[in-house]
Amino acid sequence: MIDFIVSKYNYWIYIVLMMIGFYAMIGKRNLIKKIIGMNIFQTATILFYVSIGCKKGGDLPILEHAHGHAEHAVAVSAYINPLPHVLMLTAIVVMVATLGVALAIAIMIYRKYNTLEEDEILEAMK
Amino acid sequence: MIEQSPVFIVVIPLIFACITPLIGWWKEELCYPWVIMALALSAFFSVITLNTVINTGVVHYYLGNWLPPWGIEYVIDYLNAPMPVLVSVIALLVAIYSRRSIEQEIPDKTVYFYTIFLLQVTGFLGIVITGDMFNLYVFLEIASLTGYALIAVGEEGAPLASFRYVIMGTIGASFYLLGVGYLYMATGSLNMADLAQLLPGLYGSRVVLVAFAFFMVGIAIKMALFPLHVWLPDAYTKAPSVTSALLAPLMTKVSIYVMIRILFTVFSPDFSVLRTHAADIMVWTGIVAIFAGAVMALAQTDFKRMLCYIIVAEVGYMVGGVGLANSVAMKGAILHIINDAVMTLGVFAVAGIVCYRMKSHNISDFKALFKKMPFTMAAFVVAALSMIGVPPTCGFFSKWYLIQGAVIAGSWTFVVALLVSSLINVILFFRIFEIGYVFHEGHEIQAHGDETSVIEEAPLSMLVPTMTVAAGIILIGLYNQPILTSVIRFAVPNL
Repeated sequence: MIDFIVSKYNYWIYIVLMMIGFYAMIGKRNLIKKIIGMNIFQTATILFYVSIGCKKGGDLPILEHAHGHAEHAVAVSAYINPLPHVLMLTAIVVMVATLGVALAIAIMIYRKYNTLEEDEILEAMK
Repeated sequence: MIEQSPVFIVVIPLIFACITPLIGWWKEELCYPWVIMALALSAFFSVITLNTVINTGVVHYYLGNWLPPWGIEYVIDYLNAPMPVLVSVIALLVAIYSRRSIEQEIPDKTVYFYTIFLLQVTGFLGIVITGDMFNLYVFLEIASLTGYALIAVGEEGAPLASFRYVIMGTIGASFYLLGVGYLYMATGSLNMADLAQLLPGLYGSRVVLVAFAFFMVGIAIKMALFPLHVWLPDAYTKAPSVTSALLAPLMTKVSIYVMIRILFTVFSPDFSVLRTHAADIMVWTGIVAIFAGAVMALAQTDFKRMLCYIIVAEVGYMVGGVGLANSVAMKGAILHIINDAVMTLGVFAVAGIVCYRMKSHNISDFKALFKKMPFTMAAFVVAALSMIGVPPTCGFFSKWYLIQGAVIAGSWTFVVALLVSSLINVILFFRIFEIGYVFHEGHEIQAHGDETSVIEEAPLSMLVPTMTVAAGIILIGLYNQPILTSVIRFAVPNL
């Protein structure tokens, strides 16, 4: 059991982080805490993607002198898989955009109600 | 030119959106024709693509000429060929409709509203046209993020509704992204067609099952399937009228398209239907959604909020119809995507006009509207009859196929749910018709003074799109056979 956890520790961290973020998004009543939870949640996804690209003993996926020598075989197992990492560049951009929109909306709410506590906002809306 | 048209559908609104702030900075009133031009061009290329698909079959477009599975591929087959037409035409109508409403509701943010409006449409068009799982995620997030922004500028309480939508929507999108990750882990591919070839050998794998579960839940949040619908009523009620008219018809329908795509293209029908029993779960969730949506719609006094709960019920129709998993029900579900988008646009356009004239959107605001706005209310009656499912309108035909499919599948509960919800729609809309016809509410005292109430019809830029939608509802109803035989018949997966 311990071996199982230790050998796949990155995936366990991703699950734990994700649950922390999920709890904060659902359970917390403060809007900024919700946003922080959302960020942790998305970061966990990124950790997951980074993990699936990695290989034990894998090298950076850059071919030396590849130009003009494209014929020679490439030992794929010697390189980590760059594609999930590249996908995460896009996902990080999406994440930053989401964060920006969420914070902007939080500012709108704060300007209107002078608080970021959900209970107080709902009280004020009545 | 013709072979490039799939990419133009998406790229034109994207590029026009980037230039919109500059145009607005130079001359603000030019934004409106600019947006209409972008969407008209996009609609034009969508129609060309649809025509190509009907005449020559599936269209593949390789972005940058990188061949799949490495490059991103746009695939337009019979299932998604009508979708860009639907999205761009609805967006075009909403854009024409938007001017007066925006002038009144958000006068100081016109330029940015139109910029985000175009980006929103870009997102929808990208979702329906792409053949790549990760690309779909990016477009899904473009559509969602712009949606949050468009909702947040609405009336009192809109920012909080939008914030809740941000939280829910991000969970949904992240689940989708995780699903993509798990599939990539198992297969090493992101291309839908490639995945469809690689996956059948891996159906026993738990990784694939987890991916499937993440997809379903993630998309269910985005489409507001019943227990996960909580973000929808608040967000669409409090959004500006134009935003509701754009988002309400499209966001849920586009998500249902994604669900069909994942269930039957990426995964095979025998995995989705027989192995995982996802289809049975969908039928039951659909039934619960129909009942819950219909009952909650009865309890509303706000017109837009009532429509939102009707959307929740309509999502149940389509999810249940897909879940019945026979070709008749599938035909009904796909036809209902088109019909429901058009008739939802119809009712929300009327809601926008009422909101424009009456400054609020309660059901009681409909008092004497049949006299004041005869044309708007005529359009409303057509859309409402279609929601109920009265024969010449399009809503009847898709409901007919759904019921027929349910009978074939032997799912009598679904038949009952459909009929009960149609009856509840009768109550909901005839209640409003009745209020609209009551003229003598305040007794005879003021009768002679106000009774000669002039016709205060909506401005022409709002009325024309609404009437077009009403005409469209009837035309789609009358021409449902050509639509079915030339396009949708081929879109139904082999079940």
